[in-house]
Amino acid sequence: MSSTKVAPTSSDLAHKVALYRSQYALRQFEKRAYDLFLEGLVKGTSHLSIGQEAIAAGVAAAMRSDDWTFATYRGHAHTLARGVPMTPVFAELMGRTNGLMAGKGGSMHLTSVEHGVMGSYAVIGAHLPIACGAAWSAQYRGTEQVAVAFFGDGSTNIGAFHEALNFAAVWKLPVIFFCENNLWMEYTRTSEVTAVANPAADRASAYGLESIIVDGNDADAVFEVTSAAFARARAGEGPSMIEAKTYRHGGHSRADPGKYRPDEELAEWMTKDPIPLYRTRLLEAGVSEDELVLIENEVDAEVDLATDEAKAGGVPGEDLLLKDVWADGGASWRN
Amino acid sequence: MAELTFRESIARGIAQEMRRDESVVFLGEDIGAAGGVFKGTVGLIEEFGGVRVRDTPISEQAILGAAMGAAMTGLRPIAEIMFSDFFAVCWDIVANEIAKSRYMTNGQMTFPLVIRSGNGGGLRFGAQHSQSVENWAMMVPGLKVVVPSNAVDVIGLMAASIRDNDPVIFLEAKALYSSKMDVPDGEIVDTLGTAKVLREGSNATLVALGAMVPRALEAATELAASGIDCTVVDVRSLVPLDTATILREVSATGRLFTVEENPRLCGWGAEVASIVADEIFYDLDGPIVRITTPHIPLPAADALEDMAIPSVERIVTTVHKSMNS
Ligand SMILES: Cc1ncc(C[n+]2csc(CCOP(=O)(O)OP(=O)(O)O)c2C)c(N)n1
Repeated sequence: MSSTKVAPTSSDLAHKVALYRSQYALRQFEKRAYDLFLEGLVKGTSHLSIGQEAIAAGVAAAMRSDDWTFATYRGHAHTLARGVPMTPVFAELMGRTNGLMAGKGGSMHLTSVEHGVMGSYAVIGAHLPIACGAAWSAQYRGTEQVAVAFFGDGSTNIGAFHEALNFAAVWKLPVIFFCENNLWMEYTRTSEVTAVANPAADRASAYGLESIIVDGNDADAVFEVTSAAFARARAGEGPSMIEAKTYRHGGHSRADPGKYRPDEELAEWMTKDPIPLYRTRLLEAGVSEDELVLIENEVDAEVDLATDEAKAGGVPGEDLLLKDVWADGGASWRN
Repeated sequence: MAELTFRESIARGIAQEMRRDESVVFLGEDIGAAGGVFKGTVGLIEEFGGVRVRDTPISEQAILGAAMGAAMTGLRPIAEIMFSDFFAVCWDIVANEIAKSRYMTNGQMTFPLVIRSGNGGGLRFGAQHSQSVENWAMMVPGLKVVVPSNAVDVIGLMAASIRDNDPVIFLEAKALYSSKMDVPDGEIVDTLGTAKVLREGSNATLVALGAMVPRALEAATELAASGIDCTVVDVRSLVPLDTATILREVSATGRLFTVEENPRLCGWGAEVASIVADEIFYDLDGPIVRITTPHIPLPAADALEDMAIPSVERIVTTVHKSMNS
């Protein structure tokens, strides 16, 4: 996202205004993605982060530009939060040549290596060990880079989660395991199928890690707790696991209305919507309404422009079909 | 020149590449101080240290996930999966993650990594430690698959696999670990995707892989004594596949016999047979015949395992029968 153009009152406040901008942009992007899905322009599937933006924004703000993000299929927000422009992400969702991966990956596999977004992974848990590998390479080369793997509460019950945690702990890898606990898997409540109350944090001690729980709807809290984890990782003190409590406002994917969730639960979490809460906090801290409106207008215009640019992209042709199976750029398996 | 076993060649090949390239690292279970369960990695931790040759927990997904993450960020990892049957517990990382990610990201990532594994039967280990799984790997777009049949090729193909910028599944026939060969001194680097003609004949072409190569050669010697002169092609690399050599050698004799250790269905020979039938059908003088392990899990008892895996005797009788009918 482009940096804020608002004159900061102090560097701390400027940081917070930037965090607001980031969260607001993620929200507006996702809302537009949903509209495009309903219009039939985004095909296949999409998993939105509406309600969970404080996590993507807060963690990204704590990252060095050469750190690595490993996301899940619910990865639009994490991709954008690292600075990937909106146009190629919209275009990827729409399967256009100006997409982030020219339409070859789609919504669930957003990747932008130049921004440190090392992939979005759609098989539950797989990217946790992969993030360990990136962390291993940073450790081996002494670069002090850190890998962050985001995953949901439901993902704590797959083997790869447990393999990765033990592996990272014994190799003391600079990796942060970040659980976005939105209470639900797809259509089943995670607590119904999980042996412990806090699916990530309660498992931490099994791997010799501190149990860290944070309010995932508070970008400042997320930023703070994650910054400490980055510092530990860079200092060679090994992995951390953070569990953030949050909620997705919409369904699991596509047009799922999420009707399986009790109305009161949704209503309660809507009162904890991270974006209005953060906006109020900024106003109380002395940021003017005008500044915030200006930011919101800028972001809205950015979303509109990106939508138009993405729609203008071409339809991928056969040249892309057989491209880049192999490092030589081709797909040939015989002579 | 020194006589080396197949297993000693593995360590030699890895060491050759680790010496020339700091980005080559090696991870797996019991590969360090223990020198590998098959003693294929003896001496590596002593020479390169525990940072580059690193023992892992029994966590195959973590091992291969770590190899993938390291490869996408600039290292050239070699990962060991002790027995190739165990690919089944980490196949997501192999088939969905490593194999697909370059394509899905439109070429943003490269995965210069090697996964080496003990493959196949002959050791009476029973069904869960004996299968030949080269066909599992061959059918996944995005994986290269290399299967050496002798100690010299182990070194050269290992070097080529490590230097290659794509993921390579490197399958070592366990039955060959103690086979010996004179190995030249100095650096050995081979080329992926090249089959080798080990024997030229005029009546039939035996196309074999891995542990089946020495058996095909022995069978060819016996067949020659009874007047059937065979070419023997060592496939060496299933992906990329050297179809040019195979097609040329089959055209020359007019007959193709594949000798495969994998269970029957979807074995690599089926793909070779299909290519031959498609492209040089009119050069054939008789049916294409596949000699494979039957479509069964491998039994443990030596008598049964020997019945299952193509033997020299079975190759000889099958070729005889087919050529004389
Ligand atoms: C190995 C595997 N099993 C099942 C699925 C299907 N699936 C996709 S998302 C999902 C729910 C995951 O829930 P959670 O980890 O809480 O993440 P969230 O979607 O809430 O972000 C399931 C079961 C999958 N993608 N991979």
